[in-house]
Amino acid sequence: MAIISRGFAGRRSAAEAKLPPGQYLTTDFPVLSAGPTPHISLDRWEFTVNDGSNVVKRWDWKSFRELPSETITTDLHCVTRWSKLGTPWEGVSLDVLLADVKTDLPYAMFRSYGDYTTNLPLKDVMNKQAWIAFKYDGADLEPEHGGPARLLVPHLYLWKSAKWVKGMTLMPHDKPGFWESLGYHIYGDPWQEQRYSNE
Amino acid sequence: MAGTAVLERVTWRVAKVVAVHDETATARTLALAVRDWPGQVAGQHVDVRLTAPDGYSAVRSYSIASAPNSDGYIEITVERLPNGEVSPYLTQEVMIGDELELRGPIGGWFVWRNDQMEPIQLVAGGSGIVPLMAMIRSHRSAGSSAPFRLLYSVREPETVFYRDELRALSNQGDAAVITFAYTRVTPKDWPRAPSRIDAELIASGTWPPALRPTSYVCGPTLFVENATDLLIAAGHDREKIRTERFGATGERK
Repeated sequence: MAIISRGFAGRRSAAEAKLPPGQYLTTDFPVLSAGPTPHISLDRWEFTVNDGSNVVKRWDWKSFRELPSETITTDLHCVTRWSKLGTPWEGVSLDVLLADVKTDLPYAMFRSYGDYTTNLPLKDVMNKQAWIAFKYDGADLEPEHGGPARLLVPHLYLWKSAKWVKGMTLMPHDKPGFWESLGYHIYGDPWQEQRYSNE
Repeated sequence: MAGTAVLERVTWRVAKVVAVHDETATARTLALAVRDWPGQVAGQHVDVRLTAPDGYSAVRSYSIASAPNSDGYIEITVERLPNGEVSPYLTQEVMIGDELELRGPIGGWFVWRNDQMEPIQLVAGGSGIVPLMAMIRSHRSAGSSAPFRLLYSVREPETVFYRDELRALSNQGDAAVITFAYTRVTPKDWPRAPSRIDAELIASGTWPPALRPTSYVCGPTLFVENATDLLIAAGHDREKIRTERFGATGERK
């Protein structure tokens, strides 16, 4: 039974109705990172796919940018409760990156420059659900927002969209990444409000 | 072990406002007595939930400012945001005796535990002081001998939180070494012109990299980006810098 807050009316708008539970709308683009922003030169940038024992795919910046890309307009939901609607991105779909990777492994750990990690079921990054994004609103992605390239998995809370991503390792079993080891939910569906590990 | 502090906290608890104290013209500290409060680690935050008579509710996160204690009470300091939904209520409407709903503590990364013995460098921008104040208070109440140092950047002297307490601490000398920096207006006869923190201030106002401190940097995004870039340029390991950012990216200058 909730306590009624004397004199509290709150602010409600039509757009608010489209949001997952417990979220509020922002037009800013807040930044949440656990440590310093890495500044990665494109010369040494790479993205690799590891099948658990070997690197089976590797792109440098040039070969990555030669892959077919697409534009994505999507809503973002951060576990710190802000949501931002209709954000415009450009990126390479994971369907393209994993097109000729044959695997039965159902999970992946994504790894970033700066040692961040986050875990995802492979089925959540396939079928037009995830991209490696390199442009935001028509411009190169700023380092604060994960540039030169970040994972974008907009149907889950934004911590799953790893900034400064540099690779993924396929796994037979699910395993917590950085925030997932620190009390955040293993899966992180905003519509189910899966913020913390025991929700 | 890092995760243990965050596991027991999703239940909403009743928190009674037992004291209010204005820190600045726009920021207020609320002391809350929390039923069955499980205790916290310095640097953690809580979710506060307000509910309107028709059932609409809004939740925001606030850093805990007080040191862990066994009395079942915590303090949060709330800065009023110009177009905020919850912060105007908490800084202007709430009265002693009111009950709020709260859950936590939350967060297992931006924390200082009192068994950490290495030197600690705290860098605060504006209301980013709040979780760092919890660390300073925890350091003192635990009797820790870890060397603590704070660099606190504010717009002007009137926007300093916890002013008397910080002044008393810096006069004690050994409790924590405190350096203030002002970006718009300085106190009278202040030696440094108003400006953002820079390499010179990092050199004079923070632990040298050779001491291998753990640094905690908290404030608006641009402040944190600038401060962490300066710490890394001064020779600090990026692995030993933890950050907490708030607000939009804004314009890079």
